[in-house]
Amino acid sequence: MGMTMTQKILAAHAGLDTVEPGQLINARLDIVLGNDITTPVAINEFKKAGFDQVFDKDRIAIVLDHFVPNKDIKAAEQSRACREFACSHCVSHFYDVGKMGIEHALLPEQGVVTAGDCIIGADSHTCTYGALGAFSTGVGSTDMAAGMATGMAWFKVPAAIKFNLTGSLAPNCSGKDVILSIIGQIGVDGALYRSMEFTGPGVAALSMDDRLCICNMAIEAGAKNGIFPVDEKTIAYMAGRVKREPVIYEADPDAEYEQIIDIDLSAIVPTVACPHLPENTKPAASLSDIRIDQVVIGSCTNGRMEDMEAACRILAGNHVADGVRCIIIPATMAIYRECIERGYVTAFIDAGAVVSTPTCGPCLGGYMGILAAGERCIATTNRNFVGRMGHVDSEVYLASPATAAASALVGYIKPAEV
Amino acid sequence: MNTHGKTFKYADNVDTDVIIPARYLNTSDAQELSRHCMEDIDAEFVKKVAPGDVIVAGWNFGCGSSREHAPLVIKTCGTGCVIAKSFARIFYRNAINIGLPILECPEAADAIAAGDEVSVDFDTGVITDITTEKNFQAQPFPEFIQNIIRAGGLLASLKEGAAK
Repeated sequence: MGMTMTQKILAAHAGLDTVEPGQLINARLDIVLGNDITTPVAINEFKKAGFDQVFDKDRIAIVLDHFVPNKDIKAAEQSRACREFACSHCVSHFYDVGKMGIEHALLPEQGVVTAGDCIIGADSHTCTYGALGAFSTGVGSTDMAAGMATGMAWFKVPAAIKFNLTGSLAPNCSGKDVILSIIGQIGVDGALYRSMEFTGPGVAALSMDDRLCICNMAIEAGAKNGIFPVDEKTIAYMAGRVKREPVIYEADPDAEYEQIIDIDLSAIVPTVACPHLPENTKPAASLSDIRIDQVVIGSCTNGRMEDMEAACRILAGNHVADGVRCIIIPATMAIYRECIERGYVTAFIDAGAVVSTPTCGPCLGGYMGILAAGERCIATTNRNFVGRMGHVDSEVYLASPATAAASALVGYIKPAEV
Repeated sequence: MNTHGKTFKYADNVDTDVIIPARYLNTSDAQELSRHCMEDIDAEFVKKVAPGDVIVAGWNFGCGSSREHAPLVIKTCGTGCVIAKSFARIFYRNAINIGLPILECPEAADAIAAGDEVSVDFDTGVITDITTEKNFQAQPFPEFIQNIIRAGGLLASLKEGAAK
């Protein structure tokens, strides 16, 4: 029996010729990642177990991104714990304020992750790096601690769902509309324990930022990982960027899939996930009665350059509606800088928006845009659970940057013009 | 190993943001965090939960974030076990890694009512609703995972392995 792309990467990292779904394996890790919330817990576990050395200082990434620049004293203490650990173990991929970005935008951008890698991260959106043709999955802090100590992790080899993409997206649609539509179709546990393998002729039409966004939200369908094949766009993206040689894996022609789902990209419309689950999707055009108080454009899902570009195309020369707070958060320092150089920041400010330094901030209800009771936000983030962005009686609607920006101008949910 | 207590019952898709809201994650102190366990869907939970009590829920329990703080606060509150129709995969992994017993059993999750007195035998996977006098059989863990649990968590099992 043939293997999927995910299964091939796992087999190679477990030193096996073949693996099959359900098999328990011990795999070698290329990168072990943590952030300012999950790393302190991992450090405690690491020390408690009596480990005093990391397996490889060049294969650990610690990114301070959730609550930095620190929102309060406790958050500052957590950052300090990460900083001290990174320093004492000479962790080479340690990203502090001034250098940091939102981890899942930063690591691909900085070339820390590459095609063919086997990656764990103590953050659920670690599945993002599947866009580069890597196996990458979110784990907890104890797994991170074990990974830092041994360079290994146990996995149950996942069965797969194949998404056969055809056609190309309308100009007012992006990767976010694709993944929201898919989650709307299969549900928040529709891919539970399985890999989401995106393939087909439609892949070529998707940008790297689209693919990163799609893989980023694989976890919102319950998936273990999302993965794209490596093509010319992937190779061009990685060129001059990746620090380790990419390894390209392809699914066997006779690989087995539990399910095959056809997605016609040209049929995708601007899509919004309504409270309080990412599966509650509706066409943006049907939600014009939903008035909004706040707009957030950013996060590990949609804080990349193309997202800033989409927002700027709509906001530049216009003004945010009265009574709407529009918060724009470029995901990394490089994106932030490019937004300044291209004049986007001026355009955003002139449009009545605010622009923050990179942070996860409001996405998880940390700071920098917390909602009061009864308030509504349209956000390009990834979760709209109860209380996710603030008060338990507030509401989050998930959308693409284009839809969020178009909505900011009118004060209610509205898709961008084609 | 077993647990015995009363039941708290929740619906499908209980996410990690309601198990422990991110606004409290500026600390990793389990005792402090556990005061907010389930706060956003059931403010009474922490006031009423007693050692050995059991959480019973629907599909996809623990979906969302990878925060290990979620199984940790449930365990720190004294909860003896979580029974659900299914678990989100990172929560499942984290629960095993930190030693919070969890069982997948759709029949039990449907039949057991809030407040029922329940006992659970982890070795056999037998769940007994003492109130209604009904038994349910949950899937036992694969041996590999049982070894992690027996050792007291992932890191303890690694150390055990290294010592052999």
